[in-house]
Amino acid sequence: MLLEKGTAAPDFELNATPDQKLKLSELKGKRVVLVFYPADWSPVCGDQIALYNEMLKFFQKYNAQIIGISVDSKWCHMAFADNRNIHFPLLADFEPKGEVSKLYGAYNEENGNSRRALFVIDEAGIIRWSYLSPDGINPGADGILEALEELENNKDKK
Amino acid sequence: MANLKPPVNEHDHYTGNTNASITLVEYGDYECSHCAHAHPLLKQLLEEKGDDFEFVFRNFPLNEVHPLAMLSALAAEAAGKQHKFWEMHDMIYENQAQLNRDSFVDFAEALSLNLEKFAADLQSEATTSKVENDFESGIRSGVNGTPSFFINGRKLNSYDGTYESLKNALTQQE
Repeated sequence: MLLEKGTAAPDFELNATPDQKLKLSELKGKRVVLVFYPADWSPVCGDQIALYNEMLKFFQKYNAQIIGISVDSKWCHMAFADNRNIHFPLLADFEPKGEVSKLYGAYNEENGNSRRALFVIDEAGIIRWSYLSPDGINPGADGILEALEELENNKDKK
Repeated sequence: MANLKPPVNEHDHYTGNTNASITLVEYGDYECSHCAHAHPLLKQLLEEKGDDFEFVFRNFPLNEVHPLAMLSALAAEAAGKQHKFWEMHDMIYENQAQLNRDSFVDFAEALSLNLEKFAADLQSEATTSKVENDFESGIRSGVNGTPSFFINGRKLNSYDGTYESLKNALTQQE
């Protein structure tokens, strides 16, 4: 089952580029938008990763780092990021395959891909919002922005 | 279910019958091939059913994959300052395959625009923020790619690239 609101986000370390790893806990103090998705190279105009790539300044506004995760290899991610000018980390959940996706309840055992799952994690590493979209449906970004906005509003109340 | 935020307002470009009870909104990118595919379908729909609905276009340029998307959107907005938004809009989509950075001045000339004003509007902050506001409204409305359509404020999920799917969406509202 998909990890839900209130759960501590399990830590992980995965390759972001062929020679660089990224560890979730290194991002403490920042909000994190974690995007599990089935595969690189879906058609451009309807592509979820291409959409988020256009939104980096909105994520920055909310002190959030966006990270994509799929079971594609680091080399595949590198070619994809280069081809589509992707300016945020795409992590390779490649070996053992899908291990991190499984930790988050975002692995599809039937086809061996990550599911389309979204998580918004707060500065302390707690999941504050999660959403599972059907594989074929790009969930857009409205839910992510609403969750980030809610975090921002709650912060002001404290 | 995603809803249009903000609703259609005075900052939007509209055509068709502005008094009709049905409003169709498109979020589009001028360099997106799926949008260019939809363009003649929408023209046909306006021709056949233009009395029945109002059509609004909002910009949703994907700049990182479409290097001319933003410039195209700015050009249409700048033409809009001289009341030629739809003319420029059509011209860009109809010439999508040959678009380059110099196309827009040629289009502006072809539309007999005041070129000095066009160039100034193209670079103005107001034009840029119009396009950026459209993009942000799209994100908040749940746009997940282009083209995305909203009919009477509700995201249309039944468009499948055919004329019939657009026409059916209209007739279902009647």
